[in-house]
Amino acid sequence: MLPTPSTDHVNFERIYEPAEDSYLLLDTLSSESEKGFLHERFDATEDARGNSPSPLVLEIGTGSGVVISFLHANSEVIFGRADVLTAGLDINSYACEATEKTVDVAEKIQAQDGKSHGFYLGNTLGDLCSALRPGMVDVLIFNPPYVPTPSLPVLPNFEQRAGELSYEDESHLLALSYAGGADGMETTDRLLDALPEVLGDDRGCAYVLLCAQNKPEKVKERIRKWGSGWHVETVGTSGKKGGWEKLQIIRIWRSIPHNTNNEEP
Amino acid sequence: MKVLTLNFLTCAVKACKSTSTSFPLHPKDCEMVSDTIEPNPKLLYNILPRVNWTALLTTVAELGFPELPPNPPTIEELQADEKMTQELHTLLLETQISEGCLVCGNCGHAYAIKEGIANFLLPNHLV
Ligand SMILES: C[S@@+](CC[C@H](N)C(=O)[O-])C[C@H]1O[C@@H](n2cnc3c(N)ncnc32)[C@H](O)[C@@H]1O
Repeated sequence: MLPTPSTDHVNFERIYEPAEDSYLLLDTLSSESEKGFLHERFDATEDARGNSPSPLVLEIGTGSGVVISFLHANSEVIFGRADVLTAGLDINSYACEATEKTVDVAEKIQAQDGKSHGFYLGNTLGDLCSALRPGMVDVLIFNPPYVPTPSLPVLPNFEQRAGELSYEDESHLLALSYAGGADGMETTDRLLDALPEVLGDDRGCAYVLLCAQNKPEKVKERIRKWGSGWHVETVGTSGKKGGWEKLQIIRIWRSIPHNTNNEEP
Repeated sequence: MKVLTLNFLTCAVKACKSTSTSFPLHPKDCEMVSDTIEPNPKLLYNILPRVNWTALLTTVAELGFPELPPNPPTIEELQADEKMTQELHTLLLETQISEGCLVCGNCGHAYAIKEGIANFLLPNHLV
């Protein structure tokens, strides 16, 4: 098993603390089957001109940074190459700061052990994919606020105050990390709507976490209606309860146009 | 944030997305810091095909970095040109923007960068 990145420096009064959902992402992304999928998709073999473009791996909603730093530190094992560009984004400025630190710590440990890691571009503060240029992301990961709640917390003001936070401010930031509105899907729905534009035409894929209340079968049905070339599959589950999986990870991907023979129809 | 990040970002205002002037965003009053990174030619070669070179030329000029050739170098050209390899290494891998802002060429909105983190949350009147 690959080590879980340290998040000892993170203030969990204002940032989501890694939990079962976070660990399900780590386990799923480092499973034999997902490594196989990613290795093949991002095969580092060079083309005739000696190129093999580096994939861009972006996590939306990094929180403590436990997931993106794991992918960053273990990029060679998970993607089969260390020349992976990694980046993160969150709507919580403290989460952005914490993630930068988590990545830094994980990277230093790899370096000390003489091991490789990816190339981290940094974290940005923002709302989902709003500031992304279309077609740039190769692997997108999202562990969303997925708990059904009567309403969605208001998104933070663009000027986030520095320094001391009141108890209310901190609870608001934590609510943003779990509260998903109707069916727990309000934020995830917006992300899914943006995916076809944000993911790269040729290699783009995404991993999104869902809970049972999100009605995962309906979500998957909807994605299948995006049209030919789009696929979705459950690739990780946890917390079996009376025959129901409490949490699951779906992988959403496009067939590679010029290489359709190794994808299912 | 690494300079290369600018190649992946655009204005967060919906109406700006379809305009050609919203990319690249224009760095203004930027302070930079430099990390020391071991030479990594493979990474550099594999980043280049991902880079929008025209946008990078604009960014480089605006940040005041040494001028780059008008077209992206091939791997052979880079292998033969140590100086250009070093310049690209410094620019793409080592340089970070720590303070300043990024301005949209269409709507003029300035996104602040503080302690290396750019803020793309919009004020209410722009959402
Ligand atoms: C369930 S937490 C996951 C944190 C971390 N990735 C993990 O797995 O432990 C969800 C994260 O998404 C962020 N978030 C919520 N709404 C967002 C939005 N509209 N845009 C970007 N990030 C958002 C929250 O601030 C929080 O950090």
